Amino acid sequence: MSGPLFTEAEWDFATLERTYKAIEEIALNDLKLDVYPNQIEVISSEQMLDAYSSLGMPLLYSHWSFGKLFAREETLYRHGYSALAYEIVINSSPCISYLLEENTMTMQALVMAHAAFGHNHFFKNNYLFRQWTNAEGILDYLAFAKKYIAACEERHGRGEVEAILDSAHALMDQGVFRYRRPPKPSRERAAEKRRKRSEYEEEAYNELWRTLPAGVEPPAAPPIIDPEEDFDGDMKLPEENLLYFLEKHSPSLKAWQRETLRIVRNLAQYFYPQKQTKVMNEGCATFVHHTIMNLLYDRGLIGEGSIFEFLHSHTSVVFQPDFDDKRFSGINPYALGFAMMSDIKRVCTEPTSEDRDWFPQIAGSGDWVGALKDAWENYRDESFIEQYLSPKVMRDFRMFALFDKADEAAYRVSSIHNEQGFRRVRAALARQYDVGAADPNIQVTGADLKGNRKLQLEHRMHRGIPLHASTREAVLQHVERLWGHEVVLEEIADGA
Amino acid sequence: MTHFIDRRLNPKGKSLANRQRFLRRARAQIREAVQKSLKDAAVADIGKERKVRISTKGTKEPRFRLDPRAGGEHDFVLPGNKEFTPGDEIKKPRTADAGGTGKQAADYAEGEDDFEFTMTQDEILDIFFEDLELPNLVRTTLKETPSKVWKRAGITTAGSPTQINLIRTMRNAFGRRLALKRPSLSELEKLQAELEALEEQRSDSDETREKIAALKERIAKMEAKRKWIGFIDPVDVRFNAFTEQPVPTSQAVMFCLMDVSGSMGEREKDLAKRFYMLLHLFLKRRYEKVDVVFIRHTHDAQEVDEQEFFYSRQSGGTIVSTALEKMLEIQKERYATADWNIYAAQASDGYTQSGDARRCVEMLNGEIMPLCQYYAYIEILDEREMEVFASEDSGAELWRAYRTVAELWPNFATKRISKPADIFPVFHDLFKKTEASA
Repeated sequence: MSGPLFTEAEWDFATLERTYKAIEEIALNDLKLDVYPNQIEVISSEQMLDAYSSLGMPLLYSHWSFGKLFAREETLYRHGYSALAYEIVINSSPCISYLLEENTMTMQALVMAHAAFGHNHFFKNNYLFRQWTNAEGILDYLAFAKKYIAACEERHGRGEVEAILDSAHALMDQGVFRYRRPPKPSRERAAEKRRKRSEYEEEAYNELWRTLPAGVEPPAAPPIIDPEEDFDGDMKLPEENLLYFLEKHSPSLKAWQRETLRIVRNLAQYFYPQKQTKVMNEGCATFVHHTIMNLLYDRGLIGEGSIFEFLHSHTSVVFQPDFDDKRFSGINPYALGFAMMSDIKRVCTEPTSEDRDWFPQIAGSGDWVGALKDAWENYRDESFIEQYLSPKVMRDFRMFALFDKADEAAYRVSSIHNEQGFRRVRAALARQYDVGAADPNIQVTGADLKGNRKLQLEHRMHRGIPLHASTREAVLQHVERLWGHEVVLEEIADGA
Repeated sequence: MTHFIDRRLNPKGKSLANRQRFLRRARAQIREAVQKSLKDAAVADIGKERKVRISTKGTKEPRFRLDPRAGGEHDFVLPGNKEFTPGDEIKKPRTADAGGTGKQAADYAEGEDDFEFTMTQDEILDIFFEDLELPNLVRTTLKETPSKVWKRAGITTAGSPTQINLIRTMRNAFGRRLALKRPSLSELEKLQAELEALEEQRSDSDETREKIAALKERIAKMEAKRKWIGFIDPVDVRFNAFTEQPVPTSQAVMFCLMDVSGSMGEREKDLAKRFYMLLHLFLKRRYEKVDVVFIRHTHDAQEVDEQEFFYSRQSGGTIVSTALEKMLEIQKERYATADWNIYAAQASDGYTQSGDARRCVEMLNGEIMPLCQYYAYIEILDEREMEVFASEDSGAELWRAYRTVAELWPNFATKRISKPADIFPVFHDLFKKTEASA
């Protein structure tokens, strides 16, 4: 066995390469991970801030809200209120991970294990990502979107485009297909469509239109007929994807505005799996880096100093403050995910009799790698917690469930981490991670295209929780802008 | 296959465009915030980079959100139980008492606080001086020496070495080398390597010797060719060309007249200085070609430089007309009306030697106002005085005298300032862009 991979805190590209090789060997051989090819980029802190403010994507269209995000993050960072993330990783193929140049070599190793293998494996294998996102196509699509939006600004004016984007962003949470899968165009089909779109852009662009007095509209781009989608004016109601519905059926939008809605909708859909797997995604990455770093140490590839530095940073990442701690801001997904995954390993290798009752399929099987890979592949946060949250983890976190009724002055403790409460606490926590319940359930239920063109929306309340009143009005104004006519939103109680 | 890519040298500031969009969007809030923060700034700090705190009004990004406080019921899980058992009750935190109807609760539920960020000097000044201009600026007569600027004018074959256009030059050289088939260094090295390899064999056969001879000949030819077809030839070289273009200018001079006499307390002087600081920044930023003349006076007027005007202390009696005399003297000497737009801004506490006000009015009406495009008089009062002189018609001697001037001349403006917060609105009023002058 050779000596340690590095001894100094300083890093260079040769050391990175060497360390990457060692990490890769453990990841592929010991953990049997299955990853996209990796592309690792070293960036400065300022570039990290840039990346933050474009939702972590390497390129994105321009909009003021990203500037606002940047201004906010920059101030927080400069004043030391928040540290920069050590890494950003993009669900694409190749999988792009950013390393911050100020990191020490130990941190770079940790980040590579965390992002380039942990997240990467999760992106490639989890069923939600496999079904809903197209890792190969996303960067091309973003490049198209950026160009398209810029061209629209050129042609229709920045204010017009900004208004549409504002409205579309307001509906981003209602711009995803939750149950029905959108038809997934094949790669070639997508490329063909892109080509057609950009060709149309070029053709339709006419220098003359720029010389017309203000108020004269250039001809609207004709919608590109998409054979994969039934654009026959036949609405299938109810429709949960508001952006999709408006894109297809709004009587007042022009072609470029529909395309803009589509871009925002695709972006929302791309991020939707990440929203549903925060605990699992971070848990997977954290578990992977923890395992890899420890194996590196066991094999003499990193030194004592390094492992201590790693442990220091790892413990702060998985720190869970108690609910009455002033640092508390919800359950830390890193902490919960890591604890649950470490616990799965424990159940597989050293089960107690309690574990045998709760997890008869995996208790004592010894194959923790297989059990974890199965979990990473086939669950999302809600189902993962429902399936795998063990009494031991609930006890360790000292979890307790509260019942909250709006008009009561106090919360009531409904169950705690004891024999009678385990199942109920677990179910309540799982529900908490169900985006279907956390996001309001709003659907289009009617649109009178022949008469007064009124659009009807319905909010089906879950356990009587209404929409927040002032934001509701603000968002409805955006819907009205996109629909062009009156919009009503009805809130319907459960079971009504 | 892994790629490590060093992106650190890539351009930074990818978000700059988004930042500008955001600033434009939040313009109204930012202007308000900048004004507020300016009020407390020290004289020297006006226009420096600063933090501003803006409300999120106008830059809100609403989404549909559930409001569990307004109705309904739900369960949630917390970590860190210490003493609770089922059935215990925990009082809700106070913000919840409002039941989601109070303002505080609504703000809280929206989850967006006001926020603070740093703006650069340029960004602040841009917002600050938006919609402001020097009134009545006219194109002055074309002088014998109109000002000129150097403009890029394509490419030439002659020029100084500092203006060499490397890209064009190398492109030409490359094309010429291709056309004339200049052997590249790698080709030459290949042959030389072959030759060395043959020579190392030390074989004496005729075949080898012939080969060596042939190679040597080819190498010699190649070297000769490389010599007469230069890597870069004088015919390749191109230079950036510049030509001088006359630009019509409107020259302007701003006379800043400030009273620093004993009757002006520290507070009054500070206010006046703030006003001039703003004026100075405005002119520097918006007009490249504006001369600024600083005149301060007690019972006697002096022309001083910027440093002294803003930072030195001096005291004495008050004779305002001395400053006007000084201004006229300088104008006659250096700024002919045919070539210059003349502006003046005067700040004073409104007190002068008795009888002097009359003399000032005579000078203004008789000599100064016919020369001036615009004359702004700013009177600095303390807050008690401001109450006493609430009406525009009442005031100290100078104010009353100047009101008569204002009636005669539309380009004569009078304003009063009593606290730092007044400065910006007054400044804005004085230099507002008007449709007629645009």
